[in-house]
Amino acid sequence: MTEIVKKFLYLNRKAPYGTIYAWESLEVVLIGAAFDQEVRLLFVDDGVYQLTKGQDTSGIGMKNFSPTYRTLGDYEVKSIYVHRESLESRGLTQDDLVQIAWEDWESGEEKENIVEVVDAADVTELMEGSDVIFSF
Amino acid sequence: MKFAIQINEGPYQHQASDSAYFFTKAALEKGHEVFRVFFYHDGVNNATRLSTPPQDDRHIVNRWVALAERYDLEMVVCVAAAQRRGVVDEGEAQRNGKDATNIHPRFRISGLGQLVEAAIQADRLMVFGD
Repeated sequence: MTEIVKKFLYLNRKAPYGTIYAWESLEVVLIGAAFDQEVRLLFVDDGVYQLTKGQDTSGIGMKNFSPTYRTLGDYEVKSIYVHRESLESRGLTQDDLVQIAWEDWESGEEKENIVEVVDAADVTELMEGSDVIFSF
Repeated sequence: MKFAIQINEGPYQHQASDSAYFFTKAALEKGHEVFRVFFYHDGVNNATRLSTPPQDDRHIVNRWVALAERYDLEMVVCVAAAQRRGVVDEGEAQRNGKDATNIHPRFRISGLGQLVEAAIQADRLMVFGD
C-alpha cells in the first residue's frame, strides 16, 4: 500500500465505557493494520481500565468489546505499554490486566504477553520516539 | 510542512473544531500544506449542512466549507462514525435505506484508512479533541 514505515503510537486515555473513544480508537488500530506500520499502544490515566480482565457490560446495555484487545497481536501490534502510575493510583496491578499474545507468522517468533508496565520516563521516551501519535 | 488534521469533537459542544479551524487556516495562510482534514467520533457532526446557529454566532460548518473552497482542502468524514450518528450522504442513504441526507457536499464520507494514510503521508498529524 505504501513504502513509508512510521512509528505509530496509539495513546489511550479514557475508560472503556462512558464515552466511545476507547472503542473507536480500537477501530482505527484494526483498520490501520492493513498499512504495515510499526504500531505501539500506550494506556494512561483511565485508559488503563481498557485492558482490565473480566469486564461485564450486561448491566449497561453496551457491547463488551474487551475480547478484541486479546486479538491485537494478530493486527500488527507488537508492543502494548501501560503507565505504572496510572495503574497503581487506581489500585490495579499487572495481574488485573489481560494478557495479549503475539506471533510473527513469517519467522514463527512468538511472545506470550506483549503487555508491559512502564514508568513515566519510558512514556516520555515512547512519545518522543514516535512519528505519529493518535490521541484518544 | 505538510499537516494532517484530525477532529474528534462535534461543533459548539466543544472547542476542538474551532481550534482545528484556526490552526488549519493559519497553517494554510503561512503557506503550509494541509493534506487532509479528517472528522472522527462526534467530529462527524461538523459536516451537517442543516446546522443553523443563531445569527450572532459563528457558523462552524460554513466556515469549514469556505476554507475548503478557498484552499481546495480535502475534508473527510469517517463512515463508521457517521453511520452511528446519522450523518448521511446520497450513497449512504441509498445503501442503508434512509429517506434523507444531511451532509454538506464539500465533505466526503470515507473509511478510517483515509486517516491512517493521512498520518503516513503528512509530516505531522494534529489531533484536536477532548
